[in-house]
Amino acid sequence: MTLNASIGRRLLRAGTIAATFAAWPAVAQQPAPQPAAPAAAAPTGPAAAPPWAQGRPEAAIGVPLAPIAPPPIPTAADKLPIEKLKAPKGFKIELYAAGVGNARTLRQGDKGTVFVGSRLLDKVYAIVDRGGKREVKPIYSGLYRPNGLAFKDGVLYIAELSRISKVEKIEDNLDNPPKPVVIYDDLPKDEAHGWKFLTIGPDDKLYFEVGAPCNICMPSPAHAQIRRINLDGSGAEVVARGIRQIVGMDFSPITKQLYFTENSRDWLSEDIPEDKLNRLTQPGKDNFGYPYCHQGNIADQEFGWGHSCDEFTKPIALLGPHTAALGMRFYTGNTFPSEYRNAIFIARHGSWNRTKKIGGDIVVAKLSEDGTVKSIEPFITGFIENNNYVGRPADVEFVKDGSMLISDDFNGAVYRVTYSSTVGR
Amino acid sequence: MRTLLIALMFVHAMAVPCLAETFQERIGLCLTCRGENGQSDNVEVPSLGAEPAPFVLIQLYLFREKQRRVEPMTDAAKDLTDDDLRQFSDFIAKLPAPKPPQDGPDAARMERGRGLAQSYHCGFCHNPDFSGRDNVPRLAAQREDYLVKALREYKSNTRPGYDASMAEVTQPISDAEILDLAYFMARAQ
Repeated sequence: MTLNASIGRRLLRAGTIAATFAAWPAVAQQPAPQPAAPAAAAPTGPAAAPPWAQGRPEAAIGVPLAPIAPPPIPTAADKLPIEKLKAPKGFKIELYAAGVGNARTLRQGDKGTVFVGSRLLDKVYAIVDRGGKREVKPIYSGLYRPNGLAFKDGVLYIAELSRISKVEKIEDNLDNPPKPVVIYDDLPKDEAHGWKFLTIGPDDKLYFEVGAPCNICMPSPAHAQIRRINLDGSGAEVVARGIRQIVGMDFSPITKQLYFTENSRDWLSEDIPEDKLNRLTQPGKDNFGYPYCHQGNIADQEFGWGHSCDEFTKPIALLGPHTAALGMRFYTGNTFPSEYRNAIFIARHGSWNRTKKIGGDIVVAKLSEDGTVKSIEPFITGFIENNNYVGRPADVEFVKDGSMLISDDFNGAVYRVTYSSTVGR
Repeated sequence: MRTLLIALMFVHAMAVPCLAETFQERIGLCLTCRGENGQSDNVEVPSLGAEPAPFVLIQLYLFREKQRRVEPMTDAAKDLTDDDLRQFSDFIAKLPAPKPPQDGPDAARMERGRGLAQSYHCGFCHNPDFSGRDNVPRLAAQREDYLVKALREYKSNTRPGYDASMAEVTQPISDAEILDLAYFMARAQ
């Protein structure tokens, strides 16, 4: 809790300084983690390390920091960490569905079905309410990293590693789901940052990212970008560049601009660079700086030479070092207190390449009228216990009954958060 | 032909489990191929001794769900329950670690392999002594032919694995380097 509170304060500052980066050193002087001295020389050798380990200083060898793989079998309902999770007063957290292995992106269909994608498994699930009994149904198996989902007008869109498909009338055919029809597959097949987040804009186009195929490298013209396509797969165009990896995007209900979380490079140090919250204001023109500039104000040690961070679009907030900010949604409902209206809820999956784990929570970014970030505060905390994960939030979604759902890809579960002014917690 | 022979052994082993009742009987059939002491004597069949239980569980799960398709194993795992997977994994993790071949290793080649393992940072995840941990497999004294096979499969994306790490790391590794890495790992103590 202390950690989370400290993160919260720090985030608050990060949000405040996002517009004026001259203030950064002031942040660094706080008790929160300090920007470290420049890291040791990058590893030398005949070839590159795996993308997540590229740039890892030699001095760090021996420190057991490697990507954390969740168990493939979902945690039993009675073993889930729900009691450990904490929410602001008036909010209640309960189990929505267990047995949803590697639950990632959440999307609700027109008729109330909750669809869930996965990244390490090959499945897309449907959670359906049948006579008051909730049922988790794998509707597709054999897909390749089906992390991205979107839904509109009865059609489910699925983004696998290198193709995007659609399924019409899916909610009428949950017992016999039709084969997904591929609408777009002009995509690189890299495993690194190859999984996709998918969303639909107010312009009725599908937006998704093509991540950098590495931790830090010079990406090809086909990588490190956001693309959009028409709902039939036609008309592909690049709307933003210089992006390492995104696993969460949503459009502002007010300005209709695209906001997205971006995971920054690894192995610069424990405390920098921070992950980012970005806003696309000039589609087709914005470049967010990768691989030249990180967190809006740190030139890359290798690629930053000859460039200034001022060449690139700055983040509107920093989300903490290695916190792995993933799924995010604007809240447009009216069941939560009004202070949350049009705020962004962000799932921070939590760090793996940091000695003291950070993230593992849901934070809420409140915006000013001009769409800049006013504050960032913790919302749901408690996924980290004794520097270990008891769960890892991957996405959030607001559903028709006014509640918020949270996916936990470590436990293979979905939680439900509701508000009542009469509930104390 | 050798592959066929092994396949037949698997088919034989797999035809029986429905009759076998106890865990000891069922695991005994696995060990026919895998080696009773954690050490496989069969071509391209990995030794499983001392593999971390979480790693074994993931592989058995991937076989059961057909995310990793290797015919004898996909078939063998198809009816296993979650509890079966856990029980098999825990048992396998407790088998003794395999022993490297006593063939008087080629010192120059060992040094080359050691250098490659360092350059490619294998020890980051697999531990400096390649004993593996959690979801990351033990490599030390694994069968050389199996290491070659696995690395080639990762590199060609025919064995994508659970997460993407190995498919990524093998991209820049040449086939000659794969042979040296496997030679070294198979003899790492």
